[in-house]
This record gives sequence, structure tokens and C-alpha cells, in this order.
Amino acid sequence: MAYRHVVGPRTWAFADLPTLLAKATPPRSGDRLAGIAAETAEESWAARWCLAEVPLKEILARPLIPYERDAVTRLILDTHDQAAFAEIGHLTVGDFREFLLTAPSETLARIAPAVTPEIAAAVSKIMRNQDLILVARKARVVTRFRNTIGLPGTLAVRLQPNHPTDDPAGITAAILDGLSYGCGDAVIGINPASDSVQALGELLKLLDGMIERHAIPTQGCVLTHVTTTLEAMERGLPVDLVFQSIAGTEAANASFGVTLDILTEAHQAMLSLKRGTLGDNGMYFETGQGSCLSADAHHGIDQQTLEARAYAVARAYRPLLVNTVVGFIGPEYLYDGKEIIRAGLEDHFCGKLMGVPLGVDVCYTNHAEADQDDMDTLLTLLGAAGCTYIMGVPGADDVMLNYQSTSFHDSLYLREVLGLRRAPEFAAWLQAIGLADEAGNLLTGAGNRLLADAPGLAA
Amino acid sequence: MSDQSEIWARLGRLTPARIGLGRAGSGQPTRAILGFGLAHAQARDAVHATLDAAALQERIAALGLPSLALASQAADRAAYLRRPDLGRRLAPESRDRLAQAVDGDCDLALVVADGLSARAVHENAVPLLEAFRPHAERAGWRLGPVVVAVQARVALGDAVGEALKARAVAVLIGERPGLSSPDSLGIYLTFDPRPGRSDAERNCISNVRGAGLSPDRAAFKLAWLLDQALRRGLTGVRLKDESDRSLDGPDAAGTIART
Repeated sequence: MAYRHVVGPRTWAFADLPTLLAKATPPRSGDRLAGIAAETAEESWAARWCLAEVPLKEILARPLIPYERDAVTRLILDTHDQAAFAEIGHLTVGDFREFLLTAPSETLARIAPAVTPEIAAAVSKIMRNQDLILVARKARVVTRFRNTIGLPGTLAVRLQPNHPTDDPAGITAAILDGLSYGCGDAVIGINPASDSVQALGELLKLLDGMIERHAIPTQGCVLTHVTTTLEAMERGLPVDLVFQSIAGTEAANASFGVTLDILTEAHQAMLSLKRGTLGDNGMYFETGQGSCLSADAHHGIDQQTLEARAYAVARAYRPLLVNTVVGFIGPEYLYDGKEIIRAGLEDHFCGKLMGVPLGVDVCYTNHAEADQDDMDTLLTLLGAAGCTYIMGVPGADDVMLNYQSTSFHDSLYLREVLGLRRAPEFAAWLQAIGLADEAGNLLTGAGNRLLADAPGLAA
Repeated sequence: MSDQSEIWARLGRLTPARIGLGRAGSGQPTRAILGFGLAHAQARDAVHATLDAAALQERIAALGLPSLALASQAADRAAYLRRPDLGRRLAPESRDRLAQAVDGDCDLALVVADGLSARAVHENAVPLLEAFRPHAERAGWRLGPVVVAVQARVALGDAVGEALKARAVAVLIGERPGLSSPDSLGIYLTFDPRPGRSDAERNCISNVRGAGLSPDRAAFKLAWLLDQALRRGLTGVRLKDESDRSLDGPDAAGTIART
């Protein structure tokens, strides 16, 4: 069925829902690369007018990829909460935007299981940046493993101590650095250079040893392929969080070497280890706009809608953490600071609306038209939007993955400007070891007890 | 405190990561901010620098190698960055020029491409070619003309290799600049090149630059991989780079001589 909108003498027509969603998407290079973007600014806004009139029921009734052809579509429809949908089922996309702006936090939590990725993506396309911030701020998602992530007024940080050759001493040094800035409550998470189980085992033991020795109320993770982590669990290695990169179509996930069945198996294995002390949210997923197109698995659907579909995959496994790595993929998908900022806010909004604990790797590569000032802008906006967590990379320079993210200092900046606290258990620990005061401010001049753990310095 | 700064200095030597920066309130110290900004500026300049193809051709000619300048379908840097597909295809007039240059077949086509860092190419491509030439002579490999390609991606080499009827193509290309490596050259070797080859069908030698892999060592690796590729009829995930063994072994010179 075609969608139409009349602007003066001109009638704009859009062949089907995927076309309408793509044309209504705020401009970005990835949709142009796919050949599905609006040709003119007027076409893009005509599509948004048109999209605003589409009933949510119709979006639900017209899967973008047929049920028979895609496991992610089946997951979305099979887990859709019909009862919760009753509250919003009568609305159009335009009405839904106004509903969201008005709704209190409890309402947003109640309807989250009724929000499909396509509904979240559709409404985000007719929302301004401020709408995305305002609504996301009200949509809180709280998760627990060894601490409590996502409480109102808090911001957590993933400590990312990567090293180009996985050198244990170098990684330990970066962890000590990050902890000294009060970072690491979301997770201490290493991207390994090597993908061998042997190397993975060394890093898992390193993380487990540090967390144990200092009684840090946090969790460790080595971000390797889920099948490698499964093998590590079978070998009895200390796995806290199970990580995997995921995307919004069955074919894109296949290009990552994962299926929903493999994720289910890993989720069950993680649960059986019972390593969480406060809760059992033990999965960690990363996503990012453009991954389906990059894998040639996009089915003619725009990259932002596909990204939201990845959150439906994540949601099924009750994760502790999910983050979009928003500017990592490069300028052919998100060209400049403006596109990266918009995408970061969209991703965070869609995730939170769907009930997923979304954090953002606020980042860019050197061939994108972006710099640290753009990251400051996005970081500040996400802080205002109640983002669950950000990355903490020494000096914002990841020397293993070769891109720029946010620094330990950036989290201190955001806490000071917006009054954001750490996960409460982690904050209490920092205070107990004398690194921070009761208000969470780092203490200067205090001896740093952690340094007894410094490589080559241990008594 | 001095104790602690000494410890941080020692820890800092354990990793290239920017640790132990200290802080000014919630911010980074001025030195750290300026150092980061400068490194990013160098990486940006490397991405946007224009390849001086004519100068490069002169230096290649000085090595005694014929060359040919070509361009992809990406008209400029902005198009190149947004449209990777255009950077993989030859511009029509370049395709014609290449067709005219074909003179029989060859064992290896060499492509020098700007990629994401013209600086990497200016600084490292000619030394690499110079170091590689003796290997080729010793092995008796017939080389095609060195193609200098602008606004080019790795896969452009597939079209070049096919047109030159090459058994393999080596693309020497500027890598995406890291904050501490704006000058890094990558080498991609593909057996039986033709459009449609995937990255899994290539072997890569990365980080060729002053502070990384030296041109001599990179040339040795390339020769080792090419020898294996031509013998076994493949490149990619099934061809593992074990050149270090022969390079570091007691019989390194002998290994080279036998190739």
C-alpha cells in the first residue's frame, strides 16, 4: 500500500512502510550509500508528515522483513505484549509522540514491552533532539549483577583498559588508572587483541583477581565472540558478563557468527554460574547503526530502524548493559558530528523506550568529520537524557581499536556539571578505600591504596 | 605524592595508553589536551592530504620501474569518504588507459593507493618498493607496471590486477590513521584478482612505517606470502603468515635464496 502526502501542487508518494521510514529518517550518509534516503529535504519532511499519520497498529501488522524469512522479526512479534499494547494501540505515530512527552515514568515502564523497534524508530523520526532527551530521561531501566545500574540521577562508566598486545601489566596499569578516577562501575571490559581461548583465560583471571582482591562491587568482561566465551565457561574460567555484538536482522547476526539459539545457550550458561550477587542481568551487547548495511544484510531498511531491531534481540536476554558504538563504523554511515550526535540520541531513546539499559560509546574515527568538541556536545546531551553509562578510555584514545571515545575525565566533567552519581555500591566502595568522599568527589592528596596492586610494586 | 607520581611514571611505561595524566579539577591538564589535539590534527591532515602522484611516479621511475597513474570513480575526498563503492571502481578514462597499457600477463601487479593516508604513501611506499625489488628479481617474478591510484580503496586492485592479467595483486595503501600512527601503510595481497573478491580472500601486512614494521621486513613478508600464494594458488584466511619463522630462524638467508 502506498503512502501519500500533498505539499502545495506536489503529491509525494511512498511505496511501502520501509520506504516511508527510510525517507522520513533525518539525513545520514549510510542511508544515501544504501540508495534509500530522501532525495530532497522536502521529500524527507513530506515523509515525516505522512509517517505521523500512520497508526501504530498498522506498523505492527506490516513486518518490515517477513515473519518466515527473519528470526529477529519472529522474536519481535512472538514476544510482543498485547495487553500492554492496549494502552497505545489506538494512537498514530504523531499521537504517540505527544503521548510520550506527557507520560510519567511508570507509564513508560508499563508500555515498554509493547513497543516494537519499528514503533520506537518511527516515532523517533518525527522527534527533535530535545524530544529524544526529554522522553529518554523519564524512561529508566534498572539492572543488577554485583551493583545497581541505571537508578535515576546516576551514570555508570565502563572502564576500557585495552592494550595493543593484551599485555597483562599494561592492562592492569590502565585499570588502576581508571579506578583512581572513580570509573568502572558498569563493567571493567577489555577488548582483546587476540581471540584465542588461552589469551581470554589469562585476561579473565586478571579481572577476577583484581575484583576479588579489592572487593570491588563491579563485574568484569572480556569482549570476545560469544562462542569463545561459551568455551571459556565450559573450561571453568571466571566469566562474569557474556558479551556479543548483535544487529537487527538474522542475516547480519549470521555475519557476526551468531544466532538467537547460540545467544540463548550462552545466556543459560551464564545464569548457571550464578556469579551475580545482587541480580542475574549478566549479558552485555554492543550495537551500532550501519552494521546491517556493512554486512549486506539490510533488506532495504534504513539503518536507524535496523539498529532499534538489535535492541529487540538484546531485550530478550535481560542484559545488564547494552551500548551503541555510535561513531565507530565510519563516515560512510555517519558522516560528521551532527549525524553522530543525532544517531547517539536516537539510539539511546529507542533503547530506553523499549526497556533496554542503553549506554553509549560516544566516539568517532579520524576519517569522520568530527572531533572532541562534538563528543563533548553528545556526552552532555546524553547526560541530560539519563544515559545509563559511557566509556572510560585513558585520555579518550583507544590504542588497541584506534578510535577516540570518552576519557575518565569526561565522566568527572559530566558528574560535576549534571550532579550525576555512580552506582551506589561502587560509590560506597570508593569512599571506603578513601578515594572519594561521601558526595562522590575524588579526594586529592590521599594515598592511593590501589597502587599496592601496581605491576612490579606488590609487596 | 612524589612517590605516587613516580609510580605513575613507571606504570606509564607499561602501556602506550594515555594513563597517569593527572587532572585539573574534573578536566585534563593543559598539556594532555594540547597533545591530544595535535595528534588528532596530524591524523586529520593525513586523511585529507592529496597524493602527489606525479612526484611519486618520478621516484618510482628512479627505481627503474615503469608506472601508470589512475583514478577511481570518487571525484574528491568528500565523495571518497561517503561512497566506498566508488573508490573500488576505476574511472572510465582510467580503465581505457589501463587497457592500452596491458602487455601480456604478469606474476604480480603492484598498486600504490592513497587510501586514508596519502602521508603514509609519500613516506613509505617507495622504500617498500625498493626493498621488494631484489626479492622479485631473485624469484624471477614478472611485475606489471606500478599503478599509482588516487581516491582508491583496496578492492580497486582487483580490477587493476584483472586488467593486467596478473596472477596476484599487491595493494600498498594508506591505512586509517590512528591517533599515534598517521603514517601507517598497509599491504593487501590477493591471488587471482578480479572484482568481487572479499577481504577474507586477502592477506594483509599492516603498520608499515618508521615506528612500526620496517620496509625491509615488510618486503620480506610480502615476498614470503607471494611465494606461498603462487605455489598454493590462494590467499586469505587459509594462508597464515609464518614468515617470521624463516626470518628469525638460523637459516633465514637460505630460505630467502630458495624462494
